Amino acid sequence: MTPSIAHPDRVEGWNRPPIIEPDGEGELLEVAMGPHHPSTHGVFRMDVALDGERVIRLKPVFGYLHRNHEKIAEGTSYLASMPYTDRLDYFCSLTNNWAYALAVEKLVGQQVPERAEYIRVILAELTRIQNHASTIGFLTQEMGASGTPLMYAFREREKILDLFEQLTGSRMMCNYMRFGGCRVDMSAAHLDSARKIVAGLPGFIDEFEALLSTNEILMARCQGIGKLKPELAINAGVSGPMLRASGVDYDIRKVDHYGIYDRFKFRVPLGDHGDVYDRYMVRVLEMRESVTILEQALKDIPAGPIMDPKAKIRGFRPKPGEAYGRIEAPKGELGFYLISDGTPNPYRYRVRPPSLINLTVLEDMCLGESVADVVVIFGSVDIVLGEVDR
Amino acid sequence: MAVDQQLKIELGKQGVFVTTIEELYNWGRKNSVWPMQFGLACCAIEMIATTMARYDLARFGAEVFRPSPRQADLMIISGTVTKKMAPQVVRLYNQMAEPRYVIAMGACAISGGPFKQGYNVLKGIDRYIPVDVHIPGCPPRPEALIQAFMTLQKKIDGQPLTGEKRPRHLNPEAQGEFPVPEQGAHDLEPTSNSGVWPIPVIIR
Amino acid sequence: MAYTGDNPLMKTVEEIKAAIEAAVPGAGVDIISNPSVSGQHSLLIAQSHALQVAQFLRDDTELALDYLSNVTGVDYLDKEISEKVKVTRTVTKTVDGVEQQVEETVDETRKRVEPGYLETVYHLFSVAKKHGPVVLRMRTVNRTDQVEMPSLTPIWRGAELQEREVFDLYGVVFTGHPDLRRLLMWDEFKDHPMRKDYVEPDDFEYEPTPHDQVLERAKQHAASESASIQEGAETR
Repeated sequence: MTPSIAHPDRVEGWNRPPIIEPDGEGELLEVAMGPHHPSTHGVFRMDVALDGERVIRLKPVFGYLHRNHEKIAEGTSYLASMPYTDRLDYFCSLTNNWAYALAVEKLVGQQVPERAEYIRVILAELTRIQNHASTIGFLTQEMGASGTPLMYAFREREKILDLFEQLTGSRMMCNYMRFGGCRVDMSAAHLDSARKIVAGLPGFIDEFEALLSTNEILMARCQGIGKLKPELAINAGVSGPMLRASGVDYDIRKVDHYGIYDRFKFRVPLGDHGDVYDRYMVRVLEMRESVTILEQALKDIPAGPIMDPKAKIRGFRPKPGEAYGRIEAPKGELGFYLISDGTPNPYRYRVRPPSLINLTVLEDMCLGESVADVVVIFGSVDIVLGEVDR
Repeated sequence: MAVDQQLKIELGKQGVFVTTIEELYNWGRKNSVWPMQFGLACCAIEMIATTMARYDLARFGAEVFRPSPRQADLMIISGTVTKKMAPQVVRLYNQMAEPRYVIAMGACAISGGPFKQGYNVLKGIDRYIPVDVHIPGCPPRPEALIQAFMTLQKKIDGQPLTGEKRPRHLNPEAQGEFPVPEQGAHDLEPTSNSGVWPIPVIIR
Repeated sequence: MAYTGDNPLMKTVEEIKAAIEAAVPGAGVDIISNPSVSGQHSLLIAQSHALQVAQFLRDDTELALDYLSNVTGVDYLDKEISEKVKVTRTVTKTVDGVEQQVEETVDETRKRVEPGYLETVYHLFSVAKKHGPVVLRMRTVNRTDQVEMPSLTPIWRGAELQEREVFDLYGVVFTGHPDLRRLLMWDEFKDHPMRKDYVEPDDFEYEPTPHDQVLERAKQHAASESASIQEGAETR
């Protein structure tokens, strides 16, 4: 039973979506875009009401991949929830692991040795690069480029996934971080293959940009589309490249100083207009900054233990209390909120999903645009349904 | 009536091909199975990686992934089927034209997977629709998906044209429409389709 | 190697409480301290002045908490507390052969039920000043009929989808929310699944190696099946 999208949302306010009146006569065409649609990143439905080609109303429908991760986590121990965090944002499993490990380490005050911090940064930045490349590939596929940029992106992604498989045992669901460090050490061979990958990345990003950044179809379809004002972005809790493309200087790596990001010199790219093209360019420039961080980290990585020897793994029972830990995941601010009551299982385990909260402003960006642009705007938000629905 | 292999090879060297209608029919069908672009969750990314340059699925005949179920032959259920999505999956399966096949990719599609203790997780898509090939894994590697594809091709190759074991599209009495579950107050109604998924009796 | 984690405010929790009470008179603000190492203490605000407190927190020039990051729902069940109370009673006792009225203190166990409640936790940060987090909490009166709470969506748009999720999974009704519908479950669904007393639907017909709760449910299944077979046999 699909309810009609005529919901009473006529609440006025500066942070409410604009109310657009149809200018023709006749009824609005109500279309359900999804849950099975070639252009949605998974099972996601948007109920749109169209006046010709213009979007008058857009209501997203979530929950088609709700796998009740939070309820399962209440019944399992802290460590056993780590493989489930892999499956949240299934493109970037290592950053999900890091966010969860950070939250638990904050809860108990666990220290992490230096080499483990370097390894975490290296793997997180590699994850960021392959995520941004895949996002741009999917965005261009939805614009009709039929997979060619996506093939280039996946070619690089396969190289990075080879390293992940050698190191952690799995291409995608790595389950690598632990509370207090990492699971296995990166040997010299692993570091060499990481250096080889990083050496090839600037050439790949140049090739990608030469193919796409000044492409007139991409510029015509992306510039001026889906503008997001910075005040609305902050008020709506938008985070990640979408927030920075609107011109807001907020990168959690610089704000929270988590990990050892303070030791690396890197810039934060900001956009001017907040449209789809700015989000694309911010992602490309972030890939370049990640290469800078990787070069510095691979040069300075020290020897040492990768796990705190005093960390308690078996019988892990944190004292009662709560903690909220967050990182700059490739999609935005990924946070974990844990309430512990002294038992081996958490009392409350909450994932703060960046993809879901970035979708709060989907309606604002799409109203008034044509229905073909909805697909492009939706692709630029960069969501993953595993994270939206958990 | 099968053809003697030696005779076939000898004649083939002379440029004369001897075959049965069944072999020819199945050869044509199995080498151009077009999957539907239907990805649900994490396994969908491995499915996409299988179609990309490194593990190319197109060389097995799955050249184009059709978005519309009317034009597709194969539905690869890649990812967790939730109870909210299950009626849609069954509807899409009903809309596919015979002959149609289903590959259940990944642990979640086979039996609910790691999310089995979920109030919104359907514990296996074979509760409602018949599945031809199951691939275990979480997620299964692209090579595993290619192996499943080859298994499906072998299965299609072995389907006779007449007789008891003929496929559904040649059998006018076979069931074509599978009932779509309703979303009830607490769960899907019915919880499973007993024609497709007979509940095994466990003796404890 | 330690991480510094949060970017702490210049003000402590007590100072924030004082600032709120100065700006919004009559606002009931309590401090809930957090025993863990993270040091993220929270402010429990009463429902009556919640919107004004939120507006003050967002618009104040020093705090400038303009970024709502996370809205979480938590469920606390009714707790049965049995406590030992010392009760003084006058009893007739024989002391040295003489009957007297003597006062005696006896230990008595009294049981009472502390009602459970649903709680919403808000994590606030500041993009302008780059500090945070400030944790706010709001509680409902009980879990059964008085489950309303004012919505903070008019102040922070970021609460819109997350409050819908808390409504869907916990049952908290947010008054003033522009569009309060279920977010993750389908509309005809009746329960609130993340509550601690939610019973999952019974679709574990086929479970080859059950253990723990699933084993209990499988045994109940077998018992009810044999009971219905017996009933069928008897009616014939």
